[in-house]
Amino acid sequence: MNTKSNTSAASDAFDNLKETVGVVTVDDPKMSARNVDVFYGEKQAIYDVSLDIANNEVIAMIGPSGCGKSTFLRCLNRMNDSIPTCRVTGEMSLDGEDLYGAGLDPVLLRARVGMVFQKPNPFAKSIYDNVAYGPRIHGLASNRAELDDIVISSLQKAGLHEEVQDRLDAPGTSLSGGQQQRLCIARTIAVSPEVILMDEPCSALDPIATARIEELIDELRENYAIAIVTHSMQQAARVSQRTAYFHLGKLVEVGSTNNIFTNPRHELTENYITGRFG
Amino acid sequence: MTEPTESTNKVAPRKDSTSIVKKTLAKRYAAEKRFRFYGAAAIAMSLAFLVLLLGSILVKGLPAFVETHMLIDVTLDSKTLGVEEGATQQQLKAANYHSLIKKSMRGMFPEVKKRKAKKELYKLVSTSAEYKVRDQLMANPSQLGETISVWVLADDELSSFYKTGALADRSKLTHTRLSEQQIAWASTLEEQGKLRKKFNTTFFKNGDSREPEQAGIRAALMGSILTLLITFLLSFPIAVATAIYLEEFAPQNRWTDLIEVNINNLAAVPSIVFGLLGLAVFINFFELPRSAPVVGGIVLSLMTLPTIIIASRAALKAVPPSIREAGRGLGASQLQVVTHHVLPLAMPGILTGTIIGLAQALGETAPLLMIGMVAFIVDIPTSVTDAATVLPVQVFLWADSPERAFLEKTSAAILVLLVFLIVMNAAAVFLRKHFERRW
Ligand SMILES: Nc1ncnc2c1ncn2[C@@H]1O[C@H](COP(=O)(O)OP(=O)(O)OP(=O)(O)O)[C@@H](O)[C@H]1O
Ligand SMILES: [Mg+2]
Repeated sequence: MNTKSNTSAASDAFDNLKETVGVVTVDDPKMSARNVDVFYGEKQAIYDVSLDIANNEVIAMIGPSGCGKSTFLRCLNRMNDSIPTCRVTGEMSLDGEDLYGAGLDPVLLRARVGMVFQKPNPFAKSIYDNVAYGPRIHGLASNRAELDDIVISSLQKAGLHEEVQDRLDAPGTSLSGGQQQRLCIARTIAVSPEVILMDEPCSALDPIATARIEELIDELRENYAIAIVTHSMQQAARVSQRTAYFHLGKLVEVGSTNNIFTNPRHELTENYITGRFG
Repeated sequence: MTEPTESTNKVAPRKDSTSIVKKTLAKRYAAEKRFRFYGAAAIAMSLAFLVLLLGSILVKGLPAFVETHMLIDVTLDSKTLGVEEGATQQQLKAANYHSLIKKSMRGMFPEVKKRKAKKELYKLVSTSAEYKVRDQLMANPSQLGETISVWVLADDELSSFYKTGALADRSKLTHTRLSEQQIAWASTLEEQGKLRKKFNTTFFKNGDSREPEQAGIRAALMGSILTLLITFLLSFPIAVATAIYLEEFAPQNRWTDLIEVNINNLAAVPSIVFGLLGLAVFINFFELPRSAPVVGGIVLSLMTLPTIIIASRAALKAVPPSIREAGRGLGASQLQVVTHHVLPLAMPGILTGTIIGLAQALGETAPLLMIGMVAFIVDIPTSVTDAATVLPVQVFLWADSPERAFLEKTSAAILVLLVFLIVMNAAAVFLRKHFERRW
């Protein structure tokens, strides 16, 4: 436990942590998690986390490395299903439908809850086909013209269209890292999801590309519910309206981004955002 | 690790570290140099052996691609042939060409009178001359009674002697079964311009034969092609499907572990065991035809399956997991992820494995001997149920024959086998380039 060596007060604070500080619920949540525990085999990675994700809002998830941010995020669209040892208990829902129940098919869920990964991972296909792939498999376009429309508007929304409009046939992998990440975002948007999950989308990018994507996230907020994991507190402060602070698998504090950064209520949160550990 | 210096708690570079590193540097470079030398030496040695091998096969095999023709004048007289004017094709086919050729040979050397000498004279021409003349007459029945000149195959002994240029310089060929008399006749023929060398088309047109000059590779080549076709059609889809299932769908448990171990073991089973299995199961139990490419193909695909499965699994494993995540994150089903993204990226590796497997199958003899593909095949197989043999078995059969001309045919058959292999590899390289994409 790295916290013990830092300050014994913080460690006590963590041990005494019974409940998340702040309000975890929102009115009319898009997604909600209640008392979620996640295990990798015997090892527990998430302890009793409850959190709502609201429409038209960006929620940032911050916390030290290994605290379970990615794990929690990946549970929201069942990406963890492919890890055989991973087990999720508790309740998670999208628009009130139980995610892990029999009702919601994981393939349909992932069409509604899109994900952008830490490392840009374009398909080994052309830029056009990268974006067109989702609409194609879901049958979202009935003809070529419609598909073209979807591709172009997605690229425009992702702020990539101008740069690539004259080479849509070039392989997606031929783009720069930042362009690839925006391509991945365009690809996600093309399926018209309701929620977008982003796991450290800018960790491999330079400040300019990062700024570009942050702008994009801000624009996307109008139409989507967005959850973003980030290690950059400035980024969390810039793009999000709510912030959730995770620590060793527990959700320590949730609140409006403003409050969290200016007036954290929990000692662990304060330590983290003031840079005392993490 | 190091001795504490005056400032133990400060992080400062050691003063002497440069000289220490420098000392070890020479040693490290020397080691590297040695290693490079060993590597280069190993490659040079294997190249030398390869050149030696190919060189000796080429030297031995190339003469087989040349055949000797002899010009004979044949009088198609109806008396010798035993057919009348206006005979049917049937009658023409059954006519006595044997005597006709003999007569024509006697006509060229009228001075030969003795029975034994005559026999030696007849031996200069291949028995295929009869068929050649027959075919010509059957095509133009009006030629009956005329005298025609035809180029026919010379006998293999004469051919070997003539091809090497031993007529002019006897030292070129020390061992020959030709008698002095026969050599003298050959010289006469040569002087009259009645002997000539030509590219050996017979070798590529005919099946096996007891007469070396008429023996060809066609039957074995077709047999190999048909057998490999069956092998490919069976093993490729089954192996790829197996690999995909095991790698992408199957749960990791004791059963899949067991299957994996067994597949790996299967790859190490001696091939003759598969032959025994083929004999017992496919021929004796399912009563499939003996010596047929279909059975050979099935047996060889049993042998190639583990190779392709193992290579395909490795290729699938090498596809970065981020590609799978991207697909699944967009809502692609597991099968869509595999067919749209993983398989295309794994294809080059899978093809490499397939070619390795097929190349093994192409060179395999032992299991095919067990299922009777060692027969003497004259007719070119046209379907997978015809009796056939394959190239390596043909090599094996010819290598066993005493005639000198079969010796060169053995090498020539090996050359054909190698060319087949190269063509197969080239196809694989082409396909691989086609599928290869960066990610
Ligand atoms: N596939 C897995 N199998 C077993 N344990 C895992 C697996 N993935 C993550 N874990 C464990 O779960 C815990 C949480 O991991 P997670 O990846 O969610 O952390 P994180 O907060 O995203 O960290 P980071 O900021 O470094 O990305 C860690 O202790 C990690 O070791
Ligand atoms: Mg993470």
